[in-house]
Amino acid sequence: MNSATILQNQIRYINKAFWRNPASAFFTFAFPLMFLVIFTSLLGHSKIAISPNHVVDISTYYVAAMAAYAVVSACYNNIAIGLAIQRDSGVLKRTRGTPIPTAIYISSRLLHAVFVSVILVAITAAYGRLFYHASIPTGSTLLKFLVMLVVGALAFCALGFAITVVIPNADAAPAVVNASILPLLFVSGIFIPLSSNAPSWLIWIAKIFPVYHFAWGMKAGFLGAPFDWMHVVVVAAWGLGALVVSFRFFSWEPRR
Amino acid sequence: MSTMDSDYTSVISVRGLKKMYGDNAALRGVDLAIRRGEIFALLGPNGAGKTTFVEILEGFRRRDAGDVSVLGIDPDRQSMALKTRIGIVLQSTGVDRYLSVAETVSMYSSYYPHPRPVDEILGLVGLVAKRNERVLRLSGGQQRRLDVAIALAGDPDLLFLDEPTTGFDPSARREVWEVIKNLKTLGKTVLLTTHFMDEAQYLADRLAIIADGVIVAEGDPETLAGRDKMRASVRFTLPTGIVPPEQLGARTTTANAYEMKTLHVTTDVFELTAWARSVPVDLEDLRIDRPTLEDVYLELTSGVVSAPSEE
Repeated sequence: MNSATILQNQIRYINKAFWRNPASAFFTFAFPLMFLVIFTSLLGHSKIAISPNHVVDISTYYVAAMAAYAVVSACYNNIAIGLAIQRDSGVLKRTRGTPIPTAIYISSRLLHAVFVSVILVAITAAYGRLFYHASIPTGSTLLKFLVMLVVGALAFCALGFAITVVIPNADAAPAVVNASILPLLFVSGIFIPLSSNAPSWLIWIAKIFPVYHFAWGMKAGFLGAPFDWMHVVVVAAWGLGALVVSFRFFSWEPRR
Repeated sequence: MSTMDSDYTSVISVRGLKKMYGDNAALRGVDLAIRRGEIFALLGPNGAGKTTFVEILEGFRRRDAGDVSVLGIDPDRQSMALKTRIGIVLQSTGVDRYLSVAETVSMYSSYYPHPRPVDEILGLVGLVAKRNERVLRLSGGQQRRLDVAIALAGDPDLLFLDEPTTGFDPSARREVWEVIKNLKTLGKTVLLTTHFMDEAQYLADRLAIIADGVIVAEGDPETLAGRDKMRASVRFTLPTGIVPPEQLGARTTTANAYEMKTLHVTTDVFELTAWARSVPVDLEDLRIDRPTLEDVYLELTSGVVSAPSEE
């Protein structure tokens, strides 16, 4: 059995289990779409200035923001919580006792999360287009957008792996994950647009973390704002850092 | 069985194995050989070093000293080669609850170079009827049988079962025991750890007792630590005022109860009953006990390691 076949099989089984598990199918998949509907329905008909001379429909803004949120949730939340549960229940240790190469096992989870992210972003964009005439990236913007999407998805997967290092057990997983990501989602303009009078210290804090940069990269795709490669670089750097932490400290056995 | 290793009979051979956790010695020089095709039980109280020992053989942990060969492989050096030829049932095990029984076994099969057909495995562990059931709907005994099925996925030569029935009710234990017994007919070698005497007695061809990081006894369940050669005890009660003759060597335990230790049960019981008939007197509660595996175990693991009490 060659590596590609094992990888393909593994992704197939992860995918089956993913859709049959009500918790993952709901929180990872339906949640961002539900937020998208709620936010655009409540606020969809007003305008927002994303820079002094660039005004967009708020519905378009939320299509971009919820696309970013969907990726964070499908990669970071889903992988971190899923791994913590599998680590506690012994799935990871069992896998460790079989000959599947670690790289293939890890890649299969990663690729599945990226796959779910891409579907979520596509649904989000289609919804925005259909109901709010949100602009969809085309041409070279589309290409840059896809680079941001894939780099972001991989980086948030890596961060999901890394955060398991500080998650003591499966019960604590949702708390640790939400405590680490929710504040960043708020200060990075995902749920609430950052207006021009947002305090600068808050923006500075947001700029340290990857969510802010990822959100801007995604927005650039939808809002016609200039695409800054710096955003991609910051997100990728966080991803690499997370990878290093994972390689060094990741545990296959329950932490007691 | 591959021809490569048909020239040796020890599937596992361990010499002078040591493992430290900080300042604590978990294993203090273990020697053990396990033969092809046998079910070998490793018995010991919690914390005796059973799991550490097994996990070193499985390649989960590294040893500090000693020689270890499992199927001719050093687990520290070629863990990948080893993993394709062993099956492991861990103490606490999880599988993805949302896959079906057959899907789960197929998934694990796909990791191995020469897997055993899924339906054949399900037949071996008696889960054919549950083939398409989701794992989360299985009973405890069925989940354990699924664990064994997963361990069989790669058609291994050697299986490790770490406390396979801990926490099970009697009927679930029986289910799992029958599956393990069946493995023997496939020619698999099984290393089982347990702290249940009846489990070892029922399943094992040979067993070893580990206590405080060393093997304190090794043998087959019937003769372990000279159990078969130990003196049986004959106990009985006599009415007040009647005393057995001195040459029988019975001593009082409580009030009118007596006990005689003997190596020659037939002769001594014959003499006792002949005397009783001649008096005549009734030997109330007459019974003969041999030391059980549990007696041997308790004696060996309590730190008092004594030789069989023969003269």
